[in-house]
Amino acid sequence: MIRIQDLHKAFGHVAAVRGITLEVAPGDVLGFLGPNGAGKSTTMKMITGFLLPDRGAVSVFGHDVAKAPEAAKRLIGYLPEGAPAWGEMTVDAFLHFIADVRGYRGVERSERVARVLRELELDNVRDRVIETLSKGFKRRVGLAQAILHDPKVLVLDEPTDGLDPNQKQQVRNLIQRLSADRIIIISTHILEEVSAVCTRAVIIADGTVVADGTPASLEAQSRYHRAVSATLRGDGIDDALHALPGVREVESDGDRRTLLAADSDEGTRADLLPGLLALANERQWQVSDLVVERGRLDEVFRRLTRERAA
Amino acid sequence: MNSLMAVTRRELYAYFATPLAYVFLAIFLVMTALFTFYIGNFFERRQADLLPFFAFHPWLYLFLVPALSMRLWAEERKAGTLELLLTLPIRLRDAVLGKFLAAWLFAGLALLLTFPLVITVNWLGSVDNGAIAAAYIGSWLMAGAYLAIGSCLSAVTANQVIAFVLTAVLLFVLVIVGFPMVLTAFKGWAPGLLVDAVANLSFLTHYEAISKGVLDFGDVLYFVLMIAAGLAATAVVIDRKKAG
Repeated sequence: MIRIQDLHKAFGHVAAVRGITLEVAPGDVLGFLGPNGAGKSTTMKMITGFLLPDRGAVSVFGHDVAKAPEAAKRLIGYLPEGAPAWGEMTVDAFLHFIADVRGYRGVERSERVARVLRELELDNVRDRVIETLSKGFKRRVGLAQAILHDPKVLVLDEPTDGLDPNQKQQVRNLIQRLSADRIIIISTHILEEVSAVCTRAVIIADGTVVADGTPASLEAQSRYHRAVSATLRGDGIDDALHALPGVREVESDGDRRTLLAADSDEGTRADLLPGLLALANERQWQVSDLVVERGRLDEVFRRLTRERAA
Repeated sequence: MNSLMAVTRRELYAYFATPLAYVFLAIFLVMTALFTFYIGNFFERRQADLLPFFAFHPWLYLFLVPALSMRLWAEERKAGTLELLLTLPIRLRDAVLGKFLAAWLFAGLALLLTFPLVITVNWLGSVDNGAIAAAYIGSWLMAGAYLAIGSCLSAVTANQVIAFVLTAVLLFVLVIVGFPMVLTAFKGWAPGLLVDAVANLSFLTHYEAISKGVLDFGDVLYFVLMIAAGLAATAVVIDRKKAG
């Protein structure tokens, strides 16, 4: 369990983190979302013990990061922003150093290094000097050192940044494989990553939390949640669509119509699909490319973070 | 191995992974030879000791040691690896001590590589090798004191050049303060106690006897205390930066 209590951090006059309180349990894959400068990285640096909060505390499985830093750090695997590493070292030497620091010796040490090299597909570059590697490989090296000791907590700052789509997918698969009984906190700008990988999304803007829920619950806040889009051809389409019960708004783009659903009394969204299909059948319209949307995270993100800025 | 040794080992690896180590050693050896034989008038003196060699160390170290210490912390901060280092389960004191030890051992290696001088002087005459051994230890201690101060100043900034300049200047002040000429300036007006205090602050004062082969306890203590103070200051600076 990670307990973050009322964290505050300012750099001179700039208040980077202004009161963040969260609890994260094993099994959670938590995605920190937020505009640049919102305080995501600063929060992560306080969780991992690189920065001390001005106020508030972080405890990792009972260890206060400020008061018992080593105990906490032993449980954490951290990939800092930009995946820093000592460029003059070879991948192999670097991972051996991390293994040394993590307390491994002899055969166990070699085995662990070999395992993460395999896991992150770094076997071919194990003797390459790190600064000669491409960005994607450097990030994989950073991930390798973070998972080397099988930590209970993984804190990954933009883990797929700079990776090509294949590599992104591999990292996401890795995260999902690891998530079983671990706490994983990732920060990302890629909204589809949140939907794909995270069990929980926390949007941070201007130093505070503005949303905290499953990706699905955030999607449900979108205007487009349960919206129905289709390409329609026929007569009297627009008038009929506006008259459909449960339709809040109709967006047009050529032959394509998007029906936005109104909120019902219970707070859920109206189900527009049966009504639309019945109408189309009755009027003999041609219907194609029918889509029911779950909601657009980028729209929710923008709304929540812009409100904050304003 | 424990984390202190791991840090030291990694740091030494870094020295030798680039031309840094070899270039530094080469320059060090060339300069010490230059100073000993030409500027120190080694042959003209006709004495079988290494005084000309040891006499220049406080001055040589002024620009050679900051070159070693500047990268200890400044480079890490700039490259982002400081964040990696400080989030690993390594006690801060182990990180500070580990890096210092690597630099100090490297300086020791540089001194060791001057052994041809010892062979030369032994071949040329009868030598007090005990005095020479003592002088080597003293010089190494002084190098350690210089490095500890350099380590602290390297932690203060993310810019290696600034670290170098600050270190060189501070070390220069600490050396020059023991210079007879400077002390005379004090003797004119300052009470005896102050003059003594200022003189005792200087590297030169404490290195004087050591360079001649006399390991006075007070002098050794001075260097050890300087090392301890420099390293403690390094830890404080890094800690403060975490909070600030």
